[in-house]
Amino acid sequence: MGGMNLVESKLDPTQANYSHEVLAGEPWVHPVSKGQYFRIVDLHGNQAVDTLFYNEHDYSDRYSAQDTIQQQGNIYLTTGTKLMSTGGTVLLTIVADTCGRHDTLGGACATESNMVRYALEKRHMHACRNSFLKAVIEWGHGMSKRDITSNINFFMNVPVTREGKLTFEDGISEPGKYVEMRAEIDVLVLISNCPQLNNPCNAYNPTPVRVLIWNGPEA
Amino acid sequence: MEENSVFWEETIQPGAAWSHVLKRGTALRLVDLEGGANVGAIFYNFECPVERYNMPDTLKAQHVARLTKGFVLYSDMGRILCSIVEDKVGWHDPIGGTSNAKLLEANYGPSRYQQQRNDYHKNGRDSFLIEMGKWGLGPRDLTANVNFFTRIDVSEDGSMSFAPGNSKAGDFVELRAEMNVLVILNTCPHPLDPNPRYAPKPVHLSIRRVPVPGVDDACRVSRAENGRGFTLTERYFL
Repeated sequence: MGGMNLVESKLDPTQANYSHEVLAGEPWVHPVSKGQYFRIVDLHGNQAVDTLFYNEHDYSDRYSAQDTIQQQGNIYLTTGTKLMSTGGTVLLTIVADTCGRHDTLGGACATESNMVRYALEKRHMHACRNSFLKAVIEWGHGMSKRDITSNINFFMNVPVTREGKLTFEDGISEPGKYVEMRAEIDVLVLISNCPQLNNPCNAYNPTPVRVLIWNGPEA
Repeated sequence: MEENSVFWEETIQPGAAWSHVLKRGTALRLVDLEGGANVGAIFYNFECPVERYNMPDTLKAQHVARLTKGFVLYSDMGRILCSIVEDKVGWHDPIGGTSNAKLLEANYGPSRYQQQRNDYHKNGRDSFLIEMGKWGLGPRDLTANVNFFTRIDVSEDGSMSFAPGNSKAGDFVELRAEMNVLVILNTCPHPLDPNPRYAPKPVHLSIRRVPVPGVDDACRVSRAENGRGFTLTERYFL
């Protein structure tokens, strides 16, 4: 595994069983059943989509950035990547990707990390981890801040250099690019469509994304 | 007690786990006794463990994918749990994660206490969970860990590789606690260690009292982000 693995999906968006537009700065939480196909479309380009996954039957078994990159021996996510849980379960597999590279080391923005990274006065600005918290509180089922762990940033480009530097590069996504996954077990998806205005991860202009679900490969 | 005096030292056996509430104003030194050690570690705010070490916040505040002297370990609340105040190694791995039972069985074959007694193969994930359980923490509290003494290189295409010989006998790293930090660690081998044998290494640890970081502290002044991180940490104790 290495490099970008650009693969288009055969699934037709007009035939999707579920379709929803997630506005910038808003969370979205939804179950995706085993065998269903889940797609995120970067409608306007260069929009970071901060995403967490949970085993729907045991939320303590959840997406693990470290297990995912360790398992494939590569820090970038693209077609073929198995999204691993802390318990060693394959949650979903990326089956199509027209962007080619997604990040899982950069994490989600927070009011507190914005204070560290930009200025103490930035605390008031909306941030992904506030959206995550709002979503898990509303979803209930005993979920709380303990369940907000290191996430995926779909459509975000965060290269690591040979010298061990982490850099935030301009996005390589464009309007209409998408990433599609097949659920290998029943999962819960938690998204924060990123409201960050302090860096170029959303091209300084956070925009809506579309989420689609198909019941199967022939749906 | 006299400043800088070591008041506790011990050896962590190969493949063993350890935990302690490292008090603000003390420092933990880890020494790789034989070379090639790995210490998996997770950190929590002892007073409110829902505040915990955050890998991405640590990496992106300092624009690094390696840790060494001058860098700090951030919690998810913008505060600094520990600062790396001494380091003879130069590269510690924050991204490679930990091992689990399945990986160990695949790499080294089956291993049970019944046959091997205390030399049975311990994996990182179970070691973390057992030690965390002693403090009332569980699988929902498991988070991305640091691997001291190990270097993972990342090539241009993103592939990760284990760098052999990164840490030598006698190399050490020292962490100064900036909060009261619950430290959970183990000496299980790194999950990407290519050694065909299960060969965990012992680590010597010592704890001493250290002065509070001054205005010119190397970790504080290393970058503007860390200056703000120290400010937020000091505000917590006001």
